[in-house]
Amino acid sequence: MNIVIIKYNAGNIESVQNALIRLGVKAEITADPEKIRAADKVIFPGVGEASTTMAYLKKHKLDELIRSLKQPVLGICLGQQLMCSHSEEGDVDCLGIFDEKVKLFKPKPGQEYITKVPHMGWNSIHDVNSAIMSADIEGQYVYFVHSYYVEVGEHTAATCNYINPFSAALHRDNFYATQFHPEKSQKVGERILENFLMI
Amino acid sequence: MLAKRIIPCLDIKDGQTVKGINFVGIQAVGDPVELGAMYAEQGADELVFLDITATHEGRKTFVELVKRIAREINIPFTVGGGISELKDAEALLSAGADKVSINSSAVRNPQLINDMALNFGTQFVVVAIDAKNYDGHWKVTVNGGRIPTDKELFSWAKEAEDRGAGEILFTSMDHDGTKNGFANAELAHMAEMLKIPIIASGGAGNMEHFVDVFTKGKADAGLAASIFHYKEIAIPDLKQYLNESGITVRL
Repeated sequence: MNIVIIKYNAGNIESVQNALIRLGVKAEITADPEKIRAADKVIFPGVGEASTTMAYLKKHKLDELIRSLKQPVLGICLGQQLMCSHSEEGDVDCLGIFDEKVKLFKPKPGQEYITKVPHMGWNSIHDVNSAIMSADIEGQYVYFVHSYYVEVGEHTAATCNYINPFSAALHRDNFYATQFHPEKSQKVGERILENFLMI
Repeated sequence: MLAKRIIPCLDIKDGQTVKGINFVGIQAVGDPVELGAMYAEQGADELVFLDITATHEGRKTFVELVKRIAREINIPFTVGGGISELKDAEALLSAGADKVSINSSAVRNPQLINDMALNFGTQFVVVAIDAKNYDGHWKVTVNGGRIPTDKELFSWAKEAEDRGAGEILFTSMDHDGTKNGFANAELAHMAEMLKIPIIASGGAGNMEHFVDVFTKGKADAGLAASIFHYKEIAIPDLKQYLNESGITVRL
């Protein structure tokens, strides 16, 4: 199986590659459109800022490329957010694969010192419903690090609750995404990556 | 609900764990990767690897070690020790560390916090603070608690947050090594002042101390070294105990 991780100006891409190696799968990190188009599976990871990253994707025409992919695609963290329609981070229009919007966590007044932002650490996920978010991971803990969240909508494939309910995962057609980091979420994360590899 | 985190800390010298003892199932005693993987398997939520090597050669060994950790370990990990400029942090991040902690170097050059946050994102930057109570005044110390500075604990923690720290790792040098519990009053005061998560360190001696640090101390995470390394507390038992005490943990 030919797996490609999209290379762009985002941090910590190698950790996804390392997680796949632990599962016995080799993945290539590349920005080459031909290789991305030809891959069996595409992973779109990322840690970074939404508007600068969108500008980079547009400049390198990766935005059109990602939208046009027909094979299974998995967006992770910022990847999930960039696949949505709009992000409050830098007030930027994103790829629009999912029509959900990305918003900043706003603790209720007086709660800023209890519900801290970023949402960092292990939280449980619920209402799982996609090929990668299989029933056996309902209620399990996964690792999150983020200050912006995707609202719950039509394409929500798992929910999590922090300050308010949000989309821990999304799914539409061949596009899958997670807000949390499966590559850092131990066995539960490995299960999700394996599910993606088996689609 | 967001779970409270349990974080074992491993001190590394020349690529080996310093307080390593003979755990069942571990081949190379002192190998940080094997020890870290075992803690992850037992339910540790994150790991901290602190390099206490002073030499330049040792630093290079540490970067190689971080690459191995990133390949082998499937939970987030923070690395710290000897980071005095941006390029030190960059080397560790590109080796695969999820977060980098800075301590004395941030006290000497607070701008380093801003620079790291700007270049890598706030979630990468853990500011570690060692502090000690001098006649009722909590002062920040450097060089492993040996040298007091003119910085006051709480104002420095706030300044670190304002400059872009993603988390504070607070060690009370008065509690560290005592096994009498964490500095809960100071931790709670800090938690009520800051909007970023706080990792509590120093003083863990039994499981009840962790219940206290999450309730009275309002900490987001509890860090300890020797009680885990010397098998005084097993992480699965601790997680179970916390769960039974009504604390949300990942089991």
